[in-house]
Amino acid sequence: MAKGESVAGTDVPAGGFVQLLTPDGERVDSVTTADGTTYSVDFTDEEYRDLYRDLVTVRRLDTEAVALQRQGELGIWASLLGQEAAQVGSGRALRPQDMAFPTYREHGVLYCRGIDPIMPFGLFRGVDQGGWDPNEFKFNQYTIVIGSQTLHATGYAMGVTMDGKTGTPEGEAVIAYFGDGATSQGEVNESFVWSGVFNAPIVFFCQNNQYAISEPLERQTRVPLYQRAGGYGFPGIRVDGNDVLATYAVTRSALDNARNGQGPTLIEAYTYRMGAHTSSDDPTRYRIASEVESWKAKDPISRLKAFLTKQKIAKKDFFTEVDADAQKQALDLRERVLAMPDPQPVTLFDHVYPNGSPEIDAQRAAFTEYQASFEGSGH
Amino acid sequence: MAETTTLGKALNHGLRRALENDPKVVIMGEDVGKLGGVFRITDALQKDFGDDRVIDTPLAEAGIVGTAVGLAIRGFRPVCEIQFDGFVFPAYNQIVSQVAKMHYRSRGKLRLPITIRIPFGGGIGAVEHHSESPEAYFAHTPGLKVVSCSNPADAYTMLQQAIASDDPVIFFEPKRRYWEKGEVDLDAPLDQAYPLHSAKVLRPGTDATLLAYGPMVRVALDAATAAAEDGRELEVIDLRSLSPIDYPVIFESVKRTGRAVIVHEAQGNGGLGAEIAARITENCFYSLEAPVLRVTGYDVPYPASRLEEEFLPDLDRVLDAVDRSFGW
Repeated sequence: MAKGESVAGTDVPAGGFVQLLTPDGERVDSVTTADGTTYSVDFTDEEYRDLYRDLVTVRRLDTEAVALQRQGELGIWASLLGQEAAQVGSGRALRPQDMAFPTYREHGVLYCRGIDPIMPFGLFRGVDQGGWDPNEFKFNQYTIVIGSQTLHATGYAMGVTMDGKTGTPEGEAVIAYFGDGATSQGEVNESFVWSGVFNAPIVFFCQNNQYAISEPLERQTRVPLYQRAGGYGFPGIRVDGNDVLATYAVTRSALDNARNGQGPTLIEAYTYRMGAHTSSDDPTRYRIASEVESWKAKDPISRLKAFLTKQKIAKKDFFTEVDADAQKQALDLRERVLAMPDPQPVTLFDHVYPNGSPEIDAQRAAFTEYQASFEGSGH
Repeated sequence: MAETTTLGKALNHGLRRALENDPKVVIMGEDVGKLGGVFRITDALQKDFGDDRVIDTPLAEAGIVGTAVGLAIRGFRPVCEIQFDGFVFPAYNQIVSQVAKMHYRSRGKLRLPITIRIPFGGGIGAVEHHSESPEAYFAHTPGLKVVSCSNPADAYTMLQQAIASDDPVIFFEPKRRYWEKGEVDLDAPLDQAYPLHSAKVLRPGTDATLLAYGPMVRVALDAATAAAEDGRELEVIDLRSLSPIDYPVIFESVKRTGRAVIVHEAQGNGGLGAEIAARITENCFYSLEAPVLRVTGYDVPYPASRLEEEFLPDLDRVLDAVDRSFGW
């Protein structure tokens, strides 16, 4: 396919989606959607290889995290397995000045922001609850209550406008991540309303991974999710979320529209959660193996590998080196996770209020005295 | 410049001064712009400061507080208006799970200097959801500070202090006192004002301590005047801050008087009065001449307005409680 409409066929959802790389690794030059927008990418060979490296690395780190959880070193882990292209494609589409509001699964976006991948592990190990400054990393803290961060992203985006930072190619844009389940939340719908009426510079990036824990998409919606945007007065577009190239192109375009003052876009990245919702979940109770198998054939990494091989952009030694490097990073991550110190007990009283509280101070003092009473008692 | 003004107008003056003093202050809420709010607390502010600093929002309370969180992350200092007490619950998730916890979650790296104004309490003959006293829900939540003003002078300074504070503050306004007048010094420097989280002894006394806040302070003061005619000198303390509560002032008073009566409109069960009574008992046990008593709304939903006089604590119920304390 040299140039085409959004892809339609047996392998894609009804209504199609933007796809620039087929599951077999065939490249689609460009896709023009019904509104006349043309999506394409113009990567150098090195940039293609970098995207591949990102995908492999975030998957390998994720695998390590799952293992750490199974070995009792993490309390829980929310795996991104299967969603690497949606996260790397959108994460690499962000410009440095852009702000991201993740859920608790955007480890791949975090990685693409150039952040040390260990940053969220404190939360999953239970030594903290995040503990980073969103403004330092242009990456908000993980938000666990489903959908709440979309309103934070909307408010932040309103602030971008109030600061006069839109309307130019150097403007700032905001991206809000959420899943298919979150689209049922009132707060997400409120964020659509607010972003629409305030023309906020925001991209709503929905990773539709087909399941909200056990509930399938049909329990959340009667219409394709991207079509909801029309009711709020801004464009919605569906992209093959297992295609890192299309995800990049669609997200980059939407972000640039936002920073240029053209308001919000809803992107539905059509993908699949290959693993469990979290390490506490058992997906065999609600989905069949053949469904999982059918999505394996659409794997985001193998299709890019096939493309790189066919186009002679990379050879075997490159793939070997990437795997080895990812392995090294994973082992380094493991070591550092195991070395994370437990917090001092008395720190549980820290940072309740910026200005403190005499009540908390009194409880801290009493706790300290109580703890000290055990010293030397053998307890 | 001191002037005699209503509590509602004093709040308006306070908001105006906050907008003047800090360009990062933004006001957001339903009908706060052209209309000036249903109680006119934001009257004329949009005209003078523009519609990107005084923002008429969509009709969605979770949206008001949720977007305020995002604005605060970006460095703004939002002041949210919740139109009525009973309408805060759609925003409850954002307040309790996000506003209250982000500073802690970030290990102190993120500050959310958000003020959430809530007109509260009954006595105005309103329909359901317009007369509630939900302060205990918020005072129970670590990470939030909760205050309530009872008179125009405090309204003016406390609102400015709440906005200037880096702590998230839930600011309860006694809506039935909006039209009561008092003297306000509009030029009083904020940095020399009475501390936001300190209780204030409004009337010294020796025989029993009356504790109240917000709309019930007037009732407590009237009760003290009436009791004085019977030869009982009641000390009246305006708590002002509901989280944290200024316990040293309370304990000092109760240890002197030996008696305490707590008055609030909110239902008694699990209310602030219960917490205060427990703390007084723990700290003043050997000084007490009688159990700590409470005068509160009954443990029923806020009733139809023709029953609210029966529901709400009033002068007679307070005096009755004082009598019971002395008769112990």
